[in-house]
Amino acid sequence: MIEANLPLLVPLTFLISALVIPLIGLRVPGAAYPLALAAVLATIPIAGFGLYRVMDGGPVSYTLGGWEAPIGIEFVLDPLASFLTLLVTVVSCLVLIHARHVASVEHPDKQVPYYSLVLLLLAGFCGIMATGDLFNLYVFLEISSLAGYGLVAIGDKRSPVSAYRYLILGSVGTGFYLLGTGFIYVMSGSLNMADVARILPQILDQPAVLAGLILMVTGIGLKTALFPLHFWLPDAYSSASSVSSALLAPLGTKVGAYVLIRILFFVFDPAAVEQRVPITSVIAWLSAGGVLYGSLMALAQQEFKRMLAYSSVAQIGYIGLGLGMANPLGFTGAVLHILNHALMKAALFLVAGNLRVQLGHSNIAAMDHRLSRQMPWSMAALVVGALSMIGLPPTAGFFSKWYLVLGGIQGSYWVFVGVILLGGLLNAIYFFRVVERVYLPFRRGPSNQAAPNGGQEVVENREARFSMLAPTLVLAGALLALGLASSFLVNRVIHHMIPAGL
Amino acid sequence: MGIEFIAGHNLYWIISLLLLVGLYGMLAKRNLVKKLIGMNIFQTAIILFYIAGASKWNATVPVIDPALGSVDPADYINPLPHTLMLTAIVVSVATTGVGFALLISIYRRYRTLDEDTLLKRMR
Repeated sequence: MIEANLPLLVPLTFLISALVIPLIGLRVPGAAYPLALAAVLATIPIAGFGLYRVMDGGPVSYTLGGWEAPIGIEFVLDPLASFLTLLVTVVSCLVLIHARHVASVEHPDKQVPYYSLVLLLLAGFCGIMATGDLFNLYVFLEISSLAGYGLVAIGDKRSPVSAYRYLILGSVGTGFYLLGTGFIYVMSGSLNMADVARILPQILDQPAVLAGLILMVTGIGLKTALFPLHFWLPDAYSSASSVSSALLAPLGTKVGAYVLIRILFFVFDPAAVEQRVPITSVIAWLSAGGVLYGSLMALAQQEFKRMLAYSSVAQIGYIGLGLGMANPLGFTGAVLHILNHALMKAALFLVAGNLRVQLGHSNIAAMDHRLSRQMPWSMAALVVGALSMIGLPPTAGFFSKWYLVLGGIQGSYWVFVGVILLGGLLNAIYFFRVVERVYLPFRRGPSNQAAPNGGQEVVENREARFSMLAPTLVLAGALLALGLASSFLVNRVIHHMIPAGL
Repeated sequence: MGIEFIAGHNLYWIISLLLLVGLYGMLAKRNLVKKLIGMNIFQTAIILFYIAGASKWNATVPVIDPALGSVDPADYINPLPHTLMLTAIVVSVATTGVGFALLISIYRRYRTLDEDTLLKRMR
């Protein structure tokens, strides 16, 4: 019985607990955090079982209200959706464990609405993954977006301005998506993704269908921060509170990438579309630009969180490159990079949160080698995350780039192979800039002599508390473990996701 | 592209115009409230587009009337876009609400709603 309901269970759990938290939190404010954590913990086994069930017996579909598929709204759990749902629940669980202390330091008076918003955000994300209906996807997109605007607004002094900018641009994005859906609906008469995919080959020559696709991709590109539609991202991520940015940066843009995959590869047939409008090539070229632009801008940043935000623009570029190549290896690389980037960005943003709580700032210029002894474990996690971002062999980041490069070679996209390698070098420069400051002593310049404690010997321990350290280290460990398990993942899990059209 | 093309699609021309007006307001206006007004015009245009797609000549409201004796779908306009747009209107109201809440918060912190002044005060 529970198997038939699997697609709906995860989003519904989040949605209901998001409504329960303010009701109970009104009387007992302290209950908000345990409730949120319990909800997220409850969804992990459901999502895990969903993935196991889908891998074992094929996609599970659920029709809301008993209305059969093309007429009613359908929820479908297929390999891609169940895998990413599990990713969202696991990463958000680790971030929430980390959040307990951070949120009580950064915004103590907003606990109840904060956790309610977090769960609404997750409900939106998991709903987007599970739904099989184009308009329903818009509704979940708006749920997650509205919660996201609220989360970005809870932060430092300038956060409402960043949130407002995010709201205006996000509304343009979702508006374009809705308009594109309207085009597709008017032409095909259906909103169900599987049904639309069946009808589309007959009407693909209509300009309105292609215009609808372009509108949808542009809208989702804005939400995904696909270069050059990324301009809202750095402000939004760097002025949000540490917990919000640790949730939004690894997961928010990945969900956008998922929608792109769903529309480009599952609803539309990429090869047939490519003959009419070169949409995947355009995505690939723009993403290549994004990799270089994001990396160069990250190099110029003096604030750790802002540097991570620009590096997100670059990493989304990698995902876009893999999708734009539109071959199985590139697709594998893109999906693997969605997973890896979610984990490594979460790990690095948690390190940023540790720095903010323990030191009160995350300025790169103010970091020095004492940090490696004050916060040894956090800095070790930073190094693992940085190695993975650069893509050095034992870590997970290497393998996704490996598949992206293989995809580039298979399709003879030599420029893209060059961009991926050059992007890795730029990553190395901007992360080693931080790692060097943290680990290498005897920096030149008078600032070192003016150290208040008069020498390097007196170093107090300022490591983050266990509840913050444990999730950071688990994520860093996961980067190493996933690096070792990547061939298993690709052969056993991601292999099943590759759409038939590729 | 004759005169019939322009005259035959005049509703779509109006919708395109509204879309452009909304986009212009959101992206080019320097006053933050005007950006929100632009957003509303933009969303209204999309709603009108869906409604326009649902309409048919010589069709009536989609409630099956036994007195009419007709169950031919061609006699009734398509009700689905209307229900979809009810959801979209709710979303639009919610977005406007969040937008105004953010504007109040911005005004309390910076005492201005003009983007240029705001950028100066944020430094």
